[in-house]
Amino acid sequence: MKKLSARRRHPLAALVVLLLALAATGGLYAAFAPADKAQADVAAQSLAIDEGKKLFAVGCSSCHGLNGQGSSDGPSLVGVGSAAVDFQVGTGRMPAQQPGAQVPRKKAIYTQGEIDQLAAFVQSLGPGPITPDAKQYTSTNPDDISKGGELFRTNCAQCHNFAGQGGALTKGKYAPSLEGVDAKHIYEAMQTGPQNMPSFPDSTMPEEQKKQIVAFVRHTTNDEPNPGGLTLGSLGPVTEGLFGWIFGLGTLIAVAIWVAAHTTKAKKS
Amino acid sequence: MSHDMSEEKLPEPHGSAGEVADHGNPFADPGLPAHEPRRTDIDERAAKRAERQVSLMFVVSMLATIGFIASYVAIDPDKIVYIFPLGHVSALNFALGLTLGVALFMIGAGAVHWARTLMSDVELPAERHPIEASDEVRNDVIDQFKTGAAESGFGRRKMIRNTLIGSMALVPLSGVVLLRDLGPLPEKKLKETGWREATPAKPLQLVNMSTMQPMKPEDLVIGSLTFAMPEGLTTHDEDFQQRIAKDALMLVRIAPEDIKDDKSKELGFEGILAYSKICTHVGCPISLYEQQTHHALCPCHQSTFDLADGARVIFGPAGHPLPQLKITTDDKGNLVATGDFEKPVGPSYWERAR
Repeated sequence: MKKLSARRRHPLAALVVLLLALAATGGLYAAFAPADKAQADVAAQSLAIDEGKKLFAVGCSSCHGLNGQGSSDGPSLVGVGSAAVDFQVGTGRMPAQQPGAQVPRKKAIYTQGEIDQLAAFVQSLGPGPITPDAKQYTSTNPDDISKGGELFRTNCAQCHNFAGQGGALTKGKYAPSLEGVDAKHIYEAMQTGPQNMPSFPDSTMPEEQKKQIVAFVRHTTNDEPNPGGLTLGSLGPVTEGLFGWIFGLGTLIAVAIWVAAHTTKAKKS
Repeated sequence: MSHDMSEEKLPEPHGSAGEVADHGNPFADPGLPAHEPRRTDIDERAAKRAERQVSLMFVVSMLATIGFIASYVAIDPDKIVYIFPLGHVSALNFALGLTLGVALFMIGAGAVHWARTLMSDVELPAERHPIEASDEVRNDVIDQFKTGAAESGFGRRKMIRNTLIGSMALVPLSGVVLLRDLGPLPEKKLKETGWREATPAKPLQLVNMSTMQPMKPEDLVIGSLTFAMPEGLTTHDEDFQQRIAKDALMLVRIAPEDIKDDKSKELGFEGILAYSKICTHVGCPISLYEQQTHHALCPCHQSTFDLADGARVIFGPAGHPLPQLKITTDDKGNLVATGDFEKPVGPSYWERAR
C-alpha cells in the first residue's frame, strides 16, 4: 500500500487509473448487458423479414399478393406459418410452374438461406406452424420405427400406400411418393397439410408421434432391404399380377414355342 | 450333331408324302404324312446320349432339392445379400426360391426331352366309330329292364312304390333344415354400433386413435383429419376388430360457411363433422380425404363422398351417403356423442330402410 501511495504522483498514474476505470466499465457492461444478443437476434430477424419481403415481392406476389393476402391465382398466406413456406419452397413445389390439378415436386430454386428469409416474412404476416428444428424430426430411439409404422398405417397409408409409394386421388390429384423426401419436409407436411393433404396438428398428433412417423417413413423408403426381391414399385397385386401374366406366362409360352419349333427328326425339312 | 450321323443310316427319301394324291378332288383325304424317324430312333449312340441328358437333368433336380434342404438348414433367416438386378434381398428366400425352381424346372425339362427324343413318336390314328350300341345289345338291355321291372312288382305293388317315392322326396328336407345354421338373423346388429351406449345424460367421449386421448374442439384445426373411436374401447379388447369395423370415425373440420348441408352442420360441432369411416358400398375403411375439395375417396372401388355436403355420393358404386354421428361437447369441453348414428353404417342389407 505504501508503495502504491508513494507512486500516486507519478506522471503515468493518471493514465493507469484511466485504463483501470475503462476496463472495469467495459467488464461491468459485458456482465450486466445480456439483452445485447437478443437485440442482435431481433435485428437479424427483422433483416430476414425485410429480405424475405423483397424476395416475396419478386417471386411470389404475382399470385399471392404483395402482402401475401392472396388473389384469384393463389391462396392467402396469412397464418400458414414458416413451416408451410419451408415445405412448399424447399421441395420446389413453389413457385408453381403452371396451374393444374396438383403442383408437383421439383428441384428447389431458392437456397435454404433465401427460403428461411421468405419463411420469416410469411411467419410475420400471422402466426402459423413454425419450421421444426432437427431435434424435432430426428429420431434416436430405434423403437420409434415400429411405433411410427402403426401410426403411419392408421393415419397415412390410406393415401401414401403401405410402403410410402403414393397413390392416386380424384381428378388427377395424387398422394406423392415419400421416397427420398427429407425428414424435415415430411414433418412439415404433417404440420401444415399442403395442397389437398389434411393436416395433423400437434394438438391431435403430438410432436413425438410425428417424429416416429418420420423415422418409419425414412426407414421404409430408404434403408429397409426387401427380403422378397424385386418390389415392383411396392404397389401390391397390380404390378405383381402384371409381371406374372406378362413375364411369367410369356416365358412359358416362349419355351413352349421353342420346344415345338425345334424338331428332333433326323431329316430336317 | 450331324457329324455323328453316318449318311447310310438315314432312311430312303419318301417321295411326295403328305401331298394331296388326287388332283381331281380338292377335298380328298390326304392321309397321314409318312413317318419320319428321329436321330435317336436310328442311331443307338444318339439314343444313349439323349438318355444321359435326361438322366443328367433329373440328377440336377435331385441336387437342387438337396440344396434347398441345405439352404434351409444352413442360411441365417436374417442374412441380407446384394444380388444384382434384385437389390438387397434375404439370402434364405433367394436360395430357397432358386433351388426349388431349378428342382421343378429340371424335372419338367427332363420329361419333355425324354418324350421328344426317346419315347415312341409314331402317329397312331384312332378311327371314329358310332357311339350307339348294336341293335342286339340294345334289345337285350331293354328285355332285361322289362323283366326286372316286372319281377320287382314296382308297377303292381303300389304301396311300396308310393312309399319309396315319398321317402325319396323327404330326404332333401334334411338339407333344407340345415340351412337354419346360416342364422340366427342379425336382428339389430347391423343397425347399431358401439355408439348406441351414448345417451344425452351419459355421453360417450370421442377418443383420438393416435394419442388414445379425448379431444377438445380447439384441437382440430380446419383442414385436419383425425380418426376416433368410442371411449371404453381398447385395441387389446377381444372384439376390438369387430367393434372398430362399425365404430370407427373420421373427424374433419370444415369452415362452417363451406358446409352446404344444413342437417350435416347441425349434427357437427362448430364445423367439426364426425362421419363413419366405413364405406356404404362393401365396408372398406374410407379415409383418402382431400382437405381442399372436402372429397373422401374409398380406395377399394373409388366411391367418392362430398363431406361438405352431408357425405353425398358424387362418384362410384356406393348407394348411400356416409352416416354422420351427432357430436357436441361435455362439461369438460371434450367432444362427445350423445347417441348412435341415425342411419346404419356400412354396406346395405335387405332390411335396411331406404
